Amino acid sequence: MNFWGFSISEARVIDYDKNDKTLAQIMATEVPSSKLCIGCGGCTATCSAGNLTEFNIRKLQMLAKRGENKELQTQLHKCMLCGKCLLVCPRGVDTRRMIWSMLRFINS
Amino acid sequence: MNLEGKQQIWKDYQKDIADDRYYYARSCIRQTFFPGSEWAYLDILGNKLGKTVFDDPRHTTCTGIGYHSDVVPVETIMTVVARHFALMTEAGFENITPSCITSFGIYTEILHTWEQHPEWEEKTRDFLWKATKREFKKPKNLAHTSDVIYKFRNEIAAQKKYSLTDVHTGQPLRVVDHIGCHYAKMFPSKGIGGAEFPAVLSGMVNAWGGESIDYPERRHCCGFGFRNYLVMANRGFSVANSKKKFESMQPYEPDFIVTNCPGCAMFLDKWQYTISEMEGTTYGPNGYGIPVLTYEEMAALVLGYDPWEIGLQMHQVSVDPLLEKMGISYDPEAKYKNIRGENIGRPQCPTYLKV
Ligand code: SF4
Ligand code: SF4
Repeated sequence: MNFWGFSISEARVIDYDKNDKTLAQIMATEVPSSKLCIGCGGCTATCSAGNLTEFNIRKLQMLAKRGENKELQTQLHKCMLCGKCLLVCPRGVDTRRMIWSMLRFINS
Repeated sequence: MNLEGKQQIWKDYQKDIADDRYYYARSCIRQTFFPGSEWAYLDILGNKLGKTVFDDPRHTTCTGIGYHSDVVPVETIMTVVARHFALMTEAGFENITPSCITSFGIYTEILHTWEQHPEWEEKTRDFLWKATKREFKKPKNLAHTSDVIYKFRNEIAAQKKYSLTDVHTGQPLRVVDHIGCHYAKMFPSKGIGGAEFPAVLSGMVNAWGGESIDYPERRHCCGFGFRNYLVMANRGFSVANSKKKFESMQPYEPDFIVTNCPGCAMFLDKWQYTISEMEGTTYGPNGYGIPVLTYEEMAALVLGYDPWEIGLQMHQVSVDPLLEKMGISYDPEAKYKNIRGENIGRPQCPTYLKV
């Protein structure tokens, strides 16, 4: 019974031994250009979905690469697959394909 | 790294510890939660090792907890500490030995500050004079009481009645240690082994027949962190730190935890109850917790003191399984009796943690 008025905080440590890296591996094979991302955030800045909601494509792909897949499930469906991010990426990352690949993994 | 280099580095982590004539500074937390610990220390030093220790009733809190929680200003704490030094000087002592790691850190920090900024020492002398008409000499030697026990670990080993071994298997007990952060993390050269190679407790464990386990989170904070605990909204963070340590040490199946900081002993002991109530998790075998000893209690058990005389019944996690492992003869009936043999009542039983 918890009568203390507080609960145990969850650790924010990224534990690479425990995290599931399957999605990151699939993404790297299916969309090799995803490895070129420099995390500039251009995609996020131009994203219409991100303008209206908390959706943040740069952050989501970073989480996926770390194997922290929890947030993806609640966020990814906000993407309209419009492809604006694709046009601004300075590294030529196929962002839309990347999102598509993440969506497929989550839905499977 | 060649041997010469290692030896050179190790040299930086040795410290001078006075031989005799200690002015004792009690700890607020230790004397409240583990009162038998300080008594045991004084008895061991005085009666087993024949040293002179002055336990001054005029000594007060160092106000370290208030200082680290931003409620006591630095001028105030310096003046309080200056008063301690004045009491030590008046009593004719030159070596100060605080029982608390926080106090040890405070004394170290203040002496260092005065060395770097002599104008602060002058200011403090002035405050103390105005407030109490006292003057002081700075201590010649500052050592934590665990340093003192470490220094005499072999003398204690020579008098030991019990070893840190499992009498049923003959194997050394597996001991995990926890060093208080303010012992060597702020000033690594002031602690034996510094922050990286903590040796003050493992040195005792090895000398008394146990096996010291270097578990992954050995150097992690217990989570007390002063304001982390004092502000209720932050306590989840505080307990999370202890939990991280328990999870890291559990796979090694330790027989007990030993700490040199009063706050750490309290948290590592009592959080096991909290975690068990919140999550139903216990870290010892068969629903028990991992017993937590202070180094004074560990020394006292090795020297054959009665477990109830040194206050082991005050612990949240039951130490009885450990006593049985060490083959210590004790009277289970006397556990909850005071010095006059009167019943002091039993604590309420936790839901999950076996006691
Ligand atoms: S494809 Fe998705 S992520 Fe990219 S700009 Fe459009 S809505 Fe945003
Ligand atoms: S715009 Fe391209 S490089 Fe920049 S964060 Fe997005 S995917 Fe990465």
